[in-house]
Amino acid sequence: MVHDLYQETILDHSKRPRNCHPMEDANRRAEGYNPLCGDKLKLYLKMENDVVKDVSFEGSGCAISTASASLMTESLKGKSKPEALKLLEKFHDLLTTDSPVTQELGKLVVFCGVRDYPARVKCATLAWHTLKSALNGADEEPVSTE
Amino acid sequence: MSTLTSAVTAFDVDRIREDFPVLKQKIHGKPLVYLDNAATSQKPQSVIDAIVKFYTVDCANIHRGVHELSQRSTAAYEETRAKTKRFLNARSKSELIFVRGTTEGINLVTFSWGRTNIREGDEIVIAGLEHHSNIVPWQILCEDKGAKLRIIPIDDRGELILEEYQKLLGPRTRMVAVGHVSNALGTINPVRQIVEMAHGVGALTLVDGAQAVPHMKVDVQALDADFYAFSGHKVCGPTGIGVLYGKARLLNAMPPYQGGGDMIRTVTFEKTTYNDLPYKFEAGTPDIAGGIGLGAALDYLMHLGMDKIAAYEHELLLYGTEALSHIPGLRMIGTAREKAAVLSFVIEGIHPHDIGTLLDRQGIAVRTGHHCAQPVMDRYQVPATTRASLAFYNTTAEIDALADGLKKVKEIFS
Repeated sequence: MVHDLYQETILDHSKRPRNCHPMEDANRRAEGYNPLCGDKLKLYLKMENDVVKDVSFEGSGCAISTASASLMTESLKGKSKPEALKLLEKFHDLLTTDSPVTQELGKLVVFCGVRDYPARVKCATLAWHTLKSALNGADEEPVSTE
Repeated sequence: MSTLTSAVTAFDVDRIREDFPVLKQKIHGKPLVYLDNAATSQKPQSVIDAIVKFYTVDCANIHRGVHELSQRSTAAYEETRAKTKRFLNARSKSELIFVRGTTEGINLVTFSWGRTNIREGDEIVIAGLEHHSNIVPWQILCEDKGAKLRIIPIDDRGELILEEYQKLLGPRTRMVAVGHVSNALGTINPVRQIVEMAHGVGALTLVDGAQAVPHMKVDVQALDADFYAFSGHKVCGPTGIGVLYGKARLLNAMPPYQGGGDMIRTVTFEKTTYNDLPYKFEAGTPDIAGGIGLGAALDYLMHLGMDKIAAYEHELLLYGTEALSHIPGLRMIGTAREKAAVLSFVIEGIHPHDIGTLLDRQGIAVRTGHHCAQPVMDRYQVPATTRASLAFYNTTAEIDALADGLKKVKEIFS
């Protein structure tokens, strides 16, 4: 049926999200909000010398947005800021263009089905928009997908 | 499942469905089950034909030409006003103003009546169930004038608490603006009583009828509302056209809403005089095709009979409420005793957007989200709901398909 979208990995991460907790010693934080569905997400980053040492998130959202946040946190650890931003760009391309699926994305390729559901792209990108805001140190105002 | 009652069997829904070409298609290989009627209704062939006929043989601007086509288009457009008068039981055609939809109707009142009559410290009362379109225009007015917006609270069933409403009314209350039927929950508000209580303190009333007019007989004289607005596209008509009803003495005293052609009697650079009602409020070339399409839609509904539609839809509501009650973890949001055929619900552990996408793959169209009623979602502490909103062309078999679809959704997330 829709196993092209709700793949096993996505269902698994939505039911048992990894790195889903607040982080007291985070040195970067950002909040994301998707006004379309009311999804809210808080992202915590611990950066050392411009490298993601640790990352976690909290929030309530649909399966796609929760799984995306969970898989994003797994993909980010150990990456430098430019590497993380590059990954974001590749992930965005995966969802919004017909570009061939590249192996650089690793597990994130499970989201390739989202490109056939334009209404759900914002669900999959909420965590990544929030990441960009956290990396750029723009605190305070929650980032919106709108 | 409950047995079918006489209202269901007496209503020839299979025959009626033949009138709606859009319903005859498959979505993702499954028959379309359209349960998003509170967002917009589907259109019968007669409405589509009326629009095609206008553009094919009658197209001309209205109220101006002396030529044949202009007379035809004017007559067809104005005939819709006469049909609307019968449909709402208004006193006179001059009390019916064509607008883009309910939203513009409300904005017309807040802009024209509101800016003239609201002063600092005045109070406007709305209900906790309102659609954003009956919140934001009043907020803008209150902000502009230093007036205060007060909210009638709702109880856990989604009914207005009338004792609290009584307490909100006072000498500063100028306007009470309420929805007739809640789009998010389906609650039918006791509008007649609400209007009477408002009039008791000398306040005016506006009723947002967008979700009521498609589903029940509405009599504006019996309700005694001062203003009543509805949208064409929710009553099987086209988008872009709606109606604002207003009592003539109020409309006469109000300044124009927009300036332009058609709304004037004479124009000089020194002084312009305005046209009579309703044209004073209808500047510029309107949605002529939309108006003519709306006329065909009202004909269609009046032919079926609003009382029969209401009785059939009520049976669908009971059938749907019962069918969904067997789905473990499903919680109905909005259980008012007087309710239109809206099934708004949440399922534990599954986000409405996932439900919406998974149902869509089974051909079932529902709305997911906050339904432009974020304060209602906050009241129930849910970010969103899944809403199946029914119309007279829906069937019990389609409700069974929804229930089966939800069971499949639950399997995927089990």
